[in-house]
Amino acid sequence: MYRYDQYDHQIVKERVAQFRDQVRRRIADELTEEEFLPLRLQNGLYMQRHAYMYRIAIPYGLLSSTQLRKLAFIARKYDRGYGHFTTRQNIQFNWINLEDSPDLLEHLASVEMHSIQTSGNDVRNTTADEFCGVAPDELVDPRPYAELVRQWSTFHPEFAYLPRKFKIAFNAAAEDRAATAMHDIGITVVKNEQGELGFRVLVGGGLGRTPILGSVIREFLPWQHLLTYIEAILRVYNQYGRRDNKYKARIKILVKAIGPEEFASKVEAEWADLADGPGTLTEDEVARISAYFAPPPYAALANEDALLQQQRSEQKGFDNWMKRNVKPHKVPGYAAVVLSLKKPGVPPGDATAEQMDFVADLADRYSFGEVRVTHEQNLVLADVRQADLFAVWQEAKSHQVATPNIGLLTDIICCPGGDFCSLANAKSLPIAAAITERFENIDFQHDIGEIELNMSGCINACGHHHIGNIGILGVDKDGSEWYQISLGGAQGNDSAIGKIIGPSFSAQQVPEVIGRLLQTYVANRVDGERFIDTVRRVGVEPFKTHVYATPINIQQNAGEDAYA
Amino acid sequence: MREIIKDKAVVNDEWEVLRLAEGETPEAVNVPAGKIIVPLSVWKAQRDALQSRAEIGVWIASDERPEELKGEVEKFAVIAVDFPKFSDGRGYSIAYNLRTRLGYEGELRAIGDVLRDQMFYMHRVGFNAFATRPDRNIHDALKALSDFSEAYQISVDRKSPLFRRVDRQAVAAK
Repeated sequence: MYRYDQYDHQIVKERVAQFRDQVRRRIADELTEEEFLPLRLQNGLYMQRHAYMYRIAIPYGLLSSTQLRKLAFIARKYDRGYGHFTTRQNIQFNWINLEDSPDLLEHLASVEMHSIQTSGNDVRNTTADEFCGVAPDELVDPRPYAELVRQWSTFHPEFAYLPRKFKIAFNAAAEDRAATAMHDIGITVVKNEQGELGFRVLVGGGLGRTPILGSVIREFLPWQHLLTYIEAILRVYNQYGRRDNKYKARIKILVKAIGPEEFASKVEAEWADLADGPGTLTEDEVARISAYFAPPPYAALANEDALLQQQRSEQKGFDNWMKRNVKPHKVPGYAAVVLSLKKPGVPPGDATAEQMDFVADLADRYSFGEVRVTHEQNLVLADVRQADLFAVWQEAKSHQVATPNIGLLTDIICCPGGDFCSLANAKSLPIAAAITERFENIDFQHDIGEIELNMSGCINACGHHHIGNIGILGVDKDGSEWYQISLGGAQGNDSAIGKIIGPSFSAQQVPEVIGRLLQTYVANRVDGERFIDTVRRVGVEPFKTHVYATPINIQQNAGEDAYA
Repeated sequence: MREIIKDKAVVNDEWEVLRLAEGETPEAVNVPAGKIIVPLSVWKAQRDALQSRAEIGVWIASDERPEELKGEVEKFAVIAVDFPKFSDGRGYSIAYNLRTRLGYEGELRAIGDVLRDQMFYMHRVGFNAFATRPDRNIHDALKALSDFSEAYQISVDRKSPLFRRVDRQAVAAK
């Protein structure tokens, strides 16, 4: 993975000093809260309901075991013993004191991490596919490019006060696991007919109040021009993006207002001045960064089909886990393991300090000391020997990170919601908990199969509800909390925005609504069809009809027995 | 006399910034004698009269385009860019364009809601003068210009990115 050199260390160290002085001036009232606000946001510090929330950048979701142990240390020393992994592959701590925040930044710097530009109207943490470098369907490892963008965007002097936040994601695989269509810039690594490497550039995707999928503005951008082209996009956005209304300020609104063609021509005109200039990438620089992402020293192994077959037949739990939580690897004899942070009674994406230490340990013993964070808020050990899978499963189980539910109903994407967040209209965690509790039976979940249930506590859509097969959005109606249900959203290659099925529901009704949606699926599915396939084939109507057919009596909890 | 930061030092400032009062128009407003920085709209409306002056300055609002001064930037002893709110980032791109696209080499001054914590970035995109907000200590603000000693990316102050300027040897990855 990337390691800081003297320059990275120096710049982050200078940031610690700058931020320490800013916090000091705030406490001494030399800075007003209004003036301090963007400064603290650019260092990851949000004011929440109860305390400050501190968001730490995990570039493209990659962590060393040393870094993960430092996060566990921070959880113990400065928080309440746990942290929350986010849909941007970052981690948040919810109970931070302002006075401590410069020390936190300094602790992070000691393990080559920081919280810079994890909020504010600037370029945020660059994200990527969690299976970069190991996925069999990948063209090349996109992380060197993501790292180049990370460095370029860090402290960019011109783009720290954009109209609104700005998010960039990379994908280089056949299946888009980085949700590139819902980013301000979504970049896919491609090759042209001559076999040369470059990027397809999408602009103007996003969720929030106005969900829009990104538009292609460049089918093929040769790799050398990555940074100058992004600079051109940002300069156009910084000058022309709306600043009169924060809900209309994202780049998607600008792209929609003037149209992708006009936007693209503005970018090309801007870029014409920068193309082939000093910002152009060199082969040496790409090679230097790529060296950090060289494959680890894999052993020459064969696939362990027979052994795994036997272990699976002996242990149903292991079989379930293999089905859902173990992913293919491009090197024979290896597999990628998803450690689930979704289980009954725990908010999605939360991990305790003990679990972090444990996963760090597991990574050291089984996966070259590296861990990845997924945008579905789980953790990944990317390089596990197939022969070790059974042992990893047993250990993971003993630390409650082996729920075999990856991609299933209870693998819910969820924001912290009204319990923590001051923006939220409604709570989200108790709803997720009620759904998880009601549909906990793993055999039932395996029968339902792949489904994405995403929930946000407000229109800002941190829980990506628009692209959930089932989306739940918390809304405020006359001071009480209601939940709007949408259907048919999807991420990946067939990204789609879900459609709202009708009037919203109370918190207590939501599990039954989900139950009725699943009943409709079970009644309509044909062989091998996933939930989303059925929705696409039969449309929203049958689901809607069944959900609203009879009033939902919140006392009557049918549970999964109804499907037996 | 009011002080500003110019070329990394606190200096006395002789310039007055002309802002249109309510009811005043660019065409009719009286531009007093002396060192005056006029709004872009006033410059456009009274160019013939103003360009005969020995020294004149112009300021650009955050929603105006610096390209309007194309071909005449060297007429000005000072060009200022107004920050109506410190969080309005358009002025950074205006400065960049003035320096790189329009070739302006004279004094480029940030005016308006100019605070210490934005000055390092302002300096990088080409500002060399800062009319900091009068309610703050200007000597404190000066310190901000040395907040960082290095930068990854190109801007007006650094024409070449870090990876071209220095030898960033790959440390042996583990």
